[in-house]
Amino acid sequence: MEPLLTLESRTVVLPRENVDTDQIIPARFLKVIDRKGLGKVLFSDWRYAADGTPRPDFVLNQPAAEGCRVLVAGDNFGCGSSREHAPWALVDAGFRAVVSTSIADIFRNNALKNGLVPVVVDAPSLARLMAAPGATVHIDVSAQTITLPGGGEARFPLDAFARYCLLNGVDELGFLRSKEEVIAAFEARRDR
Amino acid sequence: MARTLFEKIWDAHLVTPESADTPAVLYVDLHLVHEVTSPQAFTVLREQGLKVRRPERTLATMDHSTPTLPRGADGRWPYVDAQAEAQVRQLERNAAEFGFELHGLGDDAQGIVHVFGPEQGATQPGMTVVCGDSHTATHGAFGALAFGIGTSEVGHVLATQCLLQRRPRTLAIRVDGRLGPGVTAKDLVLAIIARIGVGGGTGHVVEYMGTAIRTLSMEARMTVCNMSIEAGARAGLVAPDDTTFQWLAGRPRAPAGAAWDAAVARWRGLPGDEGARYDREVTLDASALEPMITFGTNPAQGIGVSGRVPDPAAEKDPTARASLEAALRYMGLRPGQAIAGQKVDAVFVGSCTNGRLEDLRAAASVLRGRKVKVRTLVVPGSRAVKRAAEAEGIDRVVREAGAEWREPGCSMCIAMNGDHLEPGQYCVSTSNRNFEGRQGPGGRTLLASPLTAAAAAVSGAVADPRPLVEAR
Repeated sequence: MEPLLTLESRTVVLPRENVDTDQIIPARFLKVIDRKGLGKVLFSDWRYAADGTPRPDFVLNQPAAEGCRVLVAGDNFGCGSSREHAPWALVDAGFRAVVSTSIADIFRNNALKNGLVPVVVDAPSLARLMAAPGATVHIDVSAQTITLPGGGEARFPLDAFARYCLLNGVDELGFLRSKEEVIAAFEARRDR
Repeated sequence: MARTLFEKIWDAHLVTPESADTPAVLYVDLHLVHEVTSPQAFTVLREQGLKVRRPERTLATMDHSTPTLPRGADGRWPYVDAQAEAQVRQLERNAAEFGFELHGLGDDAQGIVHVFGPEQGATQPGMTVVCGDSHTATHGAFGALAFGIGTSEVGHVLATQCLLQRRPRTLAIRVDGRLGPGVTAKDLVLAIIARIGVGGGTGHVVEYMGTAIRTLSMEARMTVCNMSIEAGARAGLVAPDDTTFQWLAGRPRAPAGAAWDAAVARWRGLPGDEGARYDREVTLDASALEPMITFGTNPAQGIGVSGRVPDPAAEKDPTARASLEAALRYMGLRPGQAIAGQKVDAVFVGSCTNGRLEDLRAAASVLRGRKVKVRTLVVPGSRAVKRAAEAEGIDRVVREAGAEWREPGCSMCIAMNGDHLEPGQYCVSTSNRNFEGRQGPGGRTLLASPLTAAAAAVSGAVADPRPLVEAR
């Protein structure tokens, strides 16, 4: 995982609450055995008509969305399934942060393992971000802040370990493997 | 100090406790694996030259991408496409290469992973159970701490048998009173989700308690725990009791003989201590409930079957109003419309929520001697459920009613395997998610119990099942 210290980008705004993982990537795209190239089916059923042509009114199909790395959405983003294909698809499409007033537990865990920053802000801050689609925001992972359109910034919570992993590009598996001795001791104690 | 059920399980599985800087290292007793969320994890193991650390704690089956139509005359399974078959083959290869037990397609024990695990007696009280599937919460019905994980975490558990976890908060949901006739565990959990909201359990482990929960069968408890995630809670628990032990006794992976007695003695110590504290508590009265059905595009958008579709105009918050408007637009339903009488095009009975024997019996009790008016799929949750249902003639009842009796799998709950709705179709479904397109692009899902689903099948419209049940 690449370290992520700061991020500056225009925002894409999705003014919907409870954006579930079936919208982020519909289940029929989960029959893959690798994780590559899922960005093209991100939000597939909102983004494309039944015949596969892009829906011009969907925000990700508009020219302004090009190159945006920050997605702003309504409360409870990423609810539903445990599919890590959801953050894989977002990251493959270029996103590195999701901003909402709350983010579902499993999605948040999965996002962090893929360098996608879950940014949870209060309702007034989200309202300002929602009201200014395409605004340029600056996210500082170390300071845990996001700048708001029109000035000022909001602080967002980030678990100390998650922050450390993001800033240093640390993979959790490596960390867990370094615990081998205590894991083996735990098993020996329990199996006795 | 007095501890809750969750706290006892958590404490017993701490390899290292959490600190301000690092999460806890939590030991996993049982890792269930299926074909959809595991292939990329095995790729990581291969790339890093790692083994599956505890193959005997790893147990796999297949369910999501598998066909529910029988093998052809040529002995081949009718996969929806080459990708689905490749995914199934990949799990077969991974099981052979890494040396863990797989009950694949055609195996006598194969089934939906959350029906299969308990059936095998693999899920036991006091365990930690994980699977790359959000409905892993199902196993909490046995008093096990069970939750869904992503594919990276599947890799972590395969390689180290552990996960890095922050301790969640606890939410007690107390349900007193008694469910009325024709009102089931599914109605109860839909009512709970409607009450606390689709994100109401986020960050929490739920413990279901109270007299209404105690009187539920194991299958009904699994239905309740299964949908914990639909309120945002990763795990739902029910304290183990004699109902739990009786259900587990004699199952293939359950302890036997003296080991069984020792296990039961240990399990009796699991329920929360007198005076144990929860971070939050919610109380419901079961006797006030009627059969529930959803009208919207998330599982919290549920009403009683005699109710009316809510009016977005009454919603003060603009984002919430916009979401409700979008839901009704997608569903093609009018504010204020009675939900009963809404025409439907299909009915689905099955899934990890309602695909067990008791659920199929309930559906059959309504279907018996009647004819379905719409396409109706009845899909057993596992091969064992299918055999047991056939032994008591449920397959005949289903077929005589004009419904389809299928091979086990997730089927039209997730619509990955070729079983799906056509755009615009309405389906009363016993599954767990009514998200847009969940049962096929453009499909419209109304979540309900097996009784309500069967009532819709024979009525061709949303209907209260109680008169049909009482007519027996």
